[in-house]
Amino acid sequence: MSSESSHIVPYRTFILIWIALLILTGVTISVAQIDLGPLNIWVALSIASCKSALVVAIFMHLKYEQLLFKLALLSALIILAIFIGFTFIDVLYR
Amino acid sequence: MTPHLHKDYVGAKFGMWLFLFTELILFGGLFILYAVYLSRYPAAFIAAGAELDLRFGAANTLILLTSSLFVALSITALRLGKTRQSLWLLAATVASALLFLVNKFFEWSAKIQHGLYPASPELQAREIGETVYFNLYYLTTGLHGLHVLIGAVVIVWVMVFIRQQKVHRDDWVILENAGLYWHLVDLIWIFLFPLYYLVL
Repeated sequence: MSSESSHIVPYRTFILIWIALLILTGVTISVAQIDLGPLNIWVALSIASCKSALVVAIFMHLKYEQLLFKLALLSALIILAIFIGFTFIDVLYR
Repeated sequence: MTPHLHKDYVGAKFGMWLFLFTELILFGGLFILYAVYLSRYPAAFIAAGAELDLRFGAANTLILLTSSLFVALSITALRLGKTRQSLWLLAATVASALLFLVNKFFEWSAKIQHGLYPASPELQAREIGETVYFNLYYLTTGLHGLHVLIGAVVIVWVMVFIRQQKVHRDDWVILENAGLYWHLVDLIWIFLFPLYYLVL
């Protein structure tokens, strides 16, 4: 086991992240009550992305992992973006 | 325990991440369906989305975020040698998972009582966009609910391992991977919640 190389995240950090996640949930619910037209979905997705980043970085401690893990996630996200992007090229310009 | 037992901590964790990427693509496909149909039937999606009960969605968001916190804390507890505390935190996670499913049961029951379920006469009488919305709603939240159930079973299984001393402060990768799975379930809900409950 490489126990010496992996970081033990203190309770405090996790609780702070949890509070941040609750605040962001409150924000996303409040913003959804205001009619911003098509902008609403983009605001909702941006907030969801911020929440995900916190969960992935701290709760899943990607922040403390070696570069390989970060590059792997990046390539998975690029594949997902290609998947979504190409679908929309087809759907919108058919 | 054999002293020469080979353990590859990084390999085990990387394997779990690779599995999580396949889950990402699986749910990604469902989100693409949502995005395509939202762009095709925006008005119907907004009308149908308004029928979902925001209270259930918000409550389940709080439950899942908190359960993610419990799992994260349980790993720290185990690694600090606080085994009992770690087990209690995992028990709280399983309790949260069950609470989430109970909520989902009541939410779906209310919808079904109002005649809103796939291929129901009520939905067939409506605009096609609303039918698409509710079909996707049941498919996506149903698949997510199945993940919640599997996650809870996996956590119980890890709790048994901790009690049997197979998972402990110097060998915690199984707990870590179970935690990663649980956080993924939380991550999917983070996107599912605004898309289905907060469309305007």
